[in-house]
Amino acid sequence: MSESKGLIKSHLVKKYWMAFTGLFLCLFLVGHLAGNLQLFIPGYSGQLQFNEYAVFMTTNPLIKIMSYVTYFSILFHAVDGLVISIANKKARPEKYAYSKPGNNSIWSSRNMGILGTVILVYIVIHMQNFWYKFKFGTPPHMTAEDGVSPLLQDGTAVKGGIVENGEVMLNGENMGAVMGDLYTIVLESFQNPIIVAFYVLGMIAIGFHLVHGFQSGFQSLGLRNKKYTPIVSKLGYAFAVIVPLLFALIPIYMFIAA
Amino acid sequence: MSQAKGLNLTLKIWRQQNAKSKGKIETYQIENISPDSSFLEMLDILNTELIDKGEIPVEFDHDCREGICGSCSLYINGEPHGPGKRITTCQLHMRSFKDGDTIYIEPWRAAAFPIVKDLIVDRSAFDRIQHAGGYISVNTSGNTVDANATPIDKHDADEAFNSATCIGCGACVAACKNASASLFVSAKISQYALLPQGQVEAKDRVLNMVKQAEKEGFGPCSNTGACEVECPKGISLENIARMNREFLAASIS
Ligand code: HEM
Ligand code: SF4
Ligand code: FES
Repeated sequence: MSESKGLIKSHLVKKYWMAFTGLFLCLFLVGHLAGNLQLFIPGYSGQLQFNEYAVFMTTNPLIKIMSYVTYFSILFHAVDGLVISIANKKARPEKYAYSKPGNNSIWSSRNMGILGTVILVYIVIHMQNFWYKFKFGTPPHMTAEDGVSPLLQDGTAVKGGIVENGEVMLNGENMGAVMGDLYTIVLESFQNPIIVAFYVLGMIAIGFHLVHGFQSGFQSLGLRNKKYTPIVSKLGYAFAVIVPLLFALIPIYMFIAA
Repeated sequence: MSQAKGLNLTLKIWRQQNAKSKGKIETYQIENISPDSSFLEMLDILNTELIDKGEIPVEFDHDCREGICGSCSLYINGEPHGPGKRITTCQLHMRSFKDGDTIYIEPWRAAAFPIVKDLIVDRSAFDRIQHAGGYISVNTSGNTVDANATPIDKHDADEAFNSATCIGCGACVAACKNASASLFVSAKISQYALLPQGQVEAKDRVLNMVKQAEKEGFGPCSNTGACEVECPKGISLENIARMNREFLAASIS
């Protein structure tokens, strides 16, 4: 005789969603990193390529859908993580007087909630820093190599054009939306050592989160076997070190290079 | 051969009169304990001294004293069953400690394991989890099939046997930061899930046992792996993955 099916309400179901959204966010990190690595390309061509990429990211409908899926995953992951963390605490109302958890588990695995909270704060400030400024502020615009002619979103330079409210105007005629200069926003932000330090800290938190999280996600979903699990564990460790490290090198590089 | 020197120790022991009263850590000095005595014998000596002084002895659970019943549930110096690995408290010896050591002795801490007295907790939650699905149906109406007539893959049989070595001690719960019973529950599910005899109730078993564990107040699993490290029988996290897999499959099919 079975009670109601499991999916209705269970810790395990919350864990499946935690793992699913967490692993999806790992995929997102790879994509996000691949785009951002373009910031390492020096000179005008790097600036242009990054800004063209920014146009693509803000206008492509498929990317739009993916970005909403990503926002949703972050929110869902955070709320689910909070619910799970509360249940975790509730199961042991009275603490041990003396405990040596370091003898049986790694620090990251016991502090996913704290690490996640740091990451959430990081994400909010990061979004405010770039995405909000770029989308709702009046961002600088991209010009041709001459330094004056504004560029349209498709990359055409409008000689003698002027920019009004994000549109390129030529002799009173609207030529289309201007290409924003996200590159310069990023570059200027990373001249502030406090912001650089903040970004590095955020990446350290993600690194520690994933040292445990990556392989934990597989375990939560029951994806384990004697052959592949050692590989997943090693891969997770490498992921947790390499991906945040490459992200963190961007602000450091831009601080030093400028 | 000279006799090893006796140990002088400071014991910090959780004392609590009953389920409702507030407990606290009490300090006891104990002298000249042979390194060859077991941990529980050391507590027996302490209790004899307490009784001689007219004080109330420290209550603790024990039965077989050979690592098979799972009764001896003590959280010693920050770890279930103390510093040794792959042993129960009754298999822990005083040679694991040094002269002058301070030893903390606490009960398992979990909402689902309420304290009965001092170091004894009520682990009947484990029984109720077992009752929720830890069984198989066997036709006993005169045409019972010999168990050995059903061929079982050697690998599966070994794995099922490994899972069945769980003694229900609760160290996994005690070690887990979330007081999760996942290792215990998954071992009890796996010992049947791996055998043909366990297939009839497989779906209901995983659904009902997982649900019962939650109802008892055990926490979710964070995959820290502390349980596997502290389990005296070496029950593997593989069991938890199997439980997660089976629960998911049973929920959506
Ligand atoms: C880039 C962002 C993030 C990624 C890639 C990520 C990834 C992961 C992964 C893969 C897991 C393992 C899931 C499992 O154990 O089954 C996990 C767990 C967890 N995450 Fe995240 N996460 C991110 C952000 C966050 C944020 C913003 C929070 C909360 C505010 C958070 C809170 C948690 C918590 C509490 C757990 C552990 C839950 C448990 O105890 O089982 N994470 N994360
Ligand atoms: S899984 Fe190990 S630690 Fe948990 S109850 Fe069974 S024997 Fe004890
Ligand atoms: S007393 Fe039986 S296992 Fe320790």
